[in-house]
Amino acid sequence: MSLLTRLFGEKKKTAAIAKERLQLIIAREHIDGKSSPDFLPALQKELLGVISKYVKIAPEDIKVQLERQDNIEILEVNIVLSETASPPAPQ
Amino acid sequence: MRIVVVTSGKGGVGKTTTSAAFASGLALRGFKTAVIDFDVGLRNLDLIMGCERRVVYDFVNVLQGDAKLTQALIKDKHVDTLHILPASQTKDKDALTEEGVEKVIKELETMGFDYVVCDSPAGIERGALMALLFADEAIVVTNPEVSSVRDSDRILGILQSKSRRAMEGREPVKEHLLVTRYSAKRVEEGEMLSYKDIQELLRIPLLGVIPESDAVLQASNQGVPAIHLKGTDVAEAYADVVSRFLGEDKPLRFVSYEKPSLIKRLFGST
Repeated sequence: MSLLTRLFGEKKKTAAIAKERLQLIIAREHIDGKSSPDFLPALQKELLGVISKYVKIAPEDIKVQLERQDNIEILEVNIVLSETASPPAPQ
Repeated sequence: MRIVVVTSGKGGVGKTTTSAAFASGLALRGFKTAVIDFDVGLRNLDLIMGCERRVVYDFVNVLQGDAKLTQALIKDKHVDTLHILPASQTKDKDALTEEGVEKVIKELETMGFDYVVCDSPAGIERGALMALLFADEAIVVTNPEVSSVRDSDRILGILQSKSRRAMEGREPVKEHLLVTRYSAKRVEEGEMLSYKDIQELLRIPLLGVIPESDAVLQASNQGVPAIHLKGTDVAEAYADVVSRFLGEDKPLRFVSYEKPSLIKRLFGST
């Protein structure tokens, strides 16, 4: 049987399948592990500081998150200005 | 003094077998070595080392101040320079505190130990974290099998974030890959991940490959660390591991399989 399969070709070896699956899952888990990089809270705090110079804003009005789609990273910064926010500083 | 953790994430891959053989190997080279069982509640290192009937006090007794470290350390019956600190069989895992473990390690240092080998429990819970916390080097025991490789990758991530070295921003824990239960024949046949595949996946230096062997069960049956089973491939592979760990250049053995030739397979052996 091993001779026949050797002569007439055979299915993909299971070790190769194992390696492929591991390459994918390990790469994905490495990305997941870093899905919330350390700098995001600091970035949010600094943005808050800068924006507060011009507009009255609460910490929860700034949302910073990093998203990944395939190979692209998107840094999303969402700043909500409430209706009662003081008018922007004069130009 | 160097602290070496033997870890893996996954259970049953050969951590305790490796801790026993590796610690014995260091001691055989003349280094004063202590091997500590961190698997509180499920101790087994004592059985593998063959000292289970000599356990009076354990690691937790020492941590809780009920016994002195010198009372709990068991002198190995094969090698003078080796001492075993067994885990507690009954007590709560919470007894393992950072301060307690650190105190024991400092005491071992003042006693003049050259190496402390920490036998980690499986998983990523307290016992495993405590075992790797103070590590200078780590031996990551991995079987050529998907779940073991994935768990080794997880534990590497933990070493790189939760060890004291990582947290204090010091030079990182030196990582070593040890592939165990390796069958060169099955690798050759494409049924098993090769050590090169595993190294490529985990990206850490290879310390050695331990072949799958009946000798491991023979060793544990008798409570004799596998490195003492003279003439077996496992004993020699572990001796090579110790040599490489100490910086000696030893080529890999037991990793190739000679395929019978086509003629042999067609007509039987000649």
